[in-house]
Amino acid sequence: MNPVIEVQGLWTQFGDHVVHKDLNLTVMPGEVVSLVGGSGSGKTTLMRQILGLEQPTRGTVRVFGIPLQGSSAQLLHKIRKRWGVLFQEGALYSALSVFDNIALPLRELRAFDDEFIRDMVMLKLDMVDIERRHAAKMPADLSGGMIKRIALARALVLEPELVFLDEPTAGLDPDRSESFVRLIQSLHATLNLTVVMVTHDLDTLVSLSDKIAVLAEQRLIVYGTLREAISVRHPFILNFFLGERGLRALSAVGASAKLDGRH
Amino acid sequence: MQQASAPTVLDPEVRQVRAADGAEALALTGAWDIRALESRARSLNSQLRQLAPDPGRHWDLSGIQRLDHIGALLIWQAWGKHRPARLALAHAHEVFFSNLDSAAAAAPAAPFDPLRPVRALGAAVLLTAEHLRGIVQLFGQILIDSFALIRHPLRGPWREISASLFRVGAQALGITALVGFLIGVVLSYLSAEQLKAFGANIFIINLLGMGIIRELGPVIAAVLVAGRSGSAITAQLGVMRVTEELDALSVMGIPHTVRLILPKIVALAIAMPLLILWTSGVALIGGALSANMQLGISVHSFFIGLPAAVPTVNLWLAMGKGVVFGALIALIACHFGLRVQPNTESLGIGTTNSVVTSITAVIIADAVFAVIFSHVGISLS
Repeated sequence: MNPVIEVQGLWTQFGDHVVHKDLNLTVMPGEVVSLVGGSGSGKTTLMRQILGLEQPTRGTVRVFGIPLQGSSAQLLHKIRKRWGVLFQEGALYSALSVFDNIALPLRELRAFDDEFIRDMVMLKLDMVDIERRHAAKMPADLSGGMIKRIALARALVLEPELVFLDEPTAGLDPDRSESFVRLIQSLHATLNLTVVMVTHDLDTLVSLSDKIAVLAEQRLIVYGTLREAISVRHPFILNFFLGERGLRALSAVGASAKLDGRH
Repeated sequence: MQQASAPTVLDPEVRQVRAADGAEALALTGAWDIRALESRARSLNSQLRQLAPDPGRHWDLSGIQRLDHIGALLIWQAWGKHRPARLALAHAHEVFFSNLDSAAAAAPAAPFDPLRPVRALGAAVLLTAEHLRGIVQLFGQILIDSFALIRHPLRGPWREISASLFRVGAQALGITALVGFLIGVVLSYLSAEQLKAFGANIFIINLLGMGIIRELGPVIAAVLVAGRSGSAITAQLGVMRVTEELDALSVMGIPHTVRLILPKIVALAIAMPLLILWTSGVALIGGALSANMQLGISVHSFFIGLPAAVPTVNLWLAMGKGVVFGALIALIACHFGLRVQPNTESLGIGTTNSVVTSITAVIIADAVFAVIFSHVGISLS
């Protein structure tokens, strides 16, 4: 099986400030990987480099086996149709209605007729639990939770194999983030997605991830299951997972079962 | 993951075959996912629709290697949006058809409205009235704030006024000088040709002096400032609205009319007359140079003759226009900036409207000035 994402020997440097130092990361198909780290540890930068939005100083990033640096524009375009991205604030196009936001990637393909696109958009709205009467609304009229769901529908409309989620539950109330986590779980189960996620929310992290990548000291200090991650004695991990909040999240989600050798 | 270990994936295909009981069946094989369908959707769609109409037909979908929602929906539409009675489908693919039944419900179309143009006209009139009311309201608020400022001068936003003065005044010197100079040169050149024909060379001083000081200088400077500073003010306030900075000021108890709008209006009302003097001066220099070359009137005698040709009151009139134009531009720019909705499109529309409206308002105000002061400073006795 070929890895979906392969990051090798990645260096990121802003002037004298080194963010990533010889970083390696491999994500296999069907995995849900969470990127964790303190603020300023370069999680978002790493994700933007995997998305090709920023160039690393040194090193290679391969997605679906294709290197992002030095590939032709055509090849890169093909990759971009195979992934979906949920940005932190949703990044819905504010000039377009909900319907047009979701329909845009489909229309860009120029392969389907209007009726097909309409049915597909409605189907995706159903999938993320948004009522159809909201389809004609503008993003400015929607709540934060709805914007995230609609942005997810837009990210999923081209049936991506790889989905990036940047803080998927940030800014949602606990009830909403719970249902958002369930939504991503069920989508992962039906569509066999590979998911790469940046999150600070321990509940989300524990209930969704197969693997956790902890970024600290300019590299990945751990890359493995939750059990492997919390067995490492590192100040960041002690603070993040085994602090009061961390332990509460671990026990609340029944992670003990996960720890007792499901992996 | 099973797909990766499966044998080579074939292209999507529709074939007519005979089922075991001898009935005719449609067999779909290959990959029916977006990657394969992207380039073939149209041809497969027409092929399916041609073969599909018979409702009793047997469908064999068990040969499909890959399926996703896109492929499922394409097949579903060919079925006429309901599941056929006789269907063979792999169990793993069942999930893609499970929620399609609900997708068939159509979204309601917008009803036809014969009164639409009338409604649109009415809405436009109401919107104009609303803008007028908003501008007057803002002006009133600014007046109230100014009185408070006069009573407590130490609490005034002097720093903001000074910063705005620098941005709208000092930084606009370059562009207004360039445009003013060129207009002066061109105007002088064109007039010189005509005046030479009548032997009225010396009247170039009257023509340029009156035209530039009284009319052209103020209007050119105001149009440039409306485009340059008016748009900047609208965009700045608009972005502050989008990022909730205006709300943050409000909840801290800092009225944004005092901190943001009053300084801009005061700064433009001060800077505009000065810019007009500057623009007119540079335009006259350009005109004098051009007159020197075309008509042989020396620059020195041009400026010596100027006070006799143009009564001083015209300068005061131009300065007065400047104060009004400056305040108008700032007021309109602020009004449109505050009305920006939190989305990108509204920001663009707001900025455009602001510039167009303020230039129009400046020209209307100039016409009003021309009518009111038609007897002032023109007659040469």
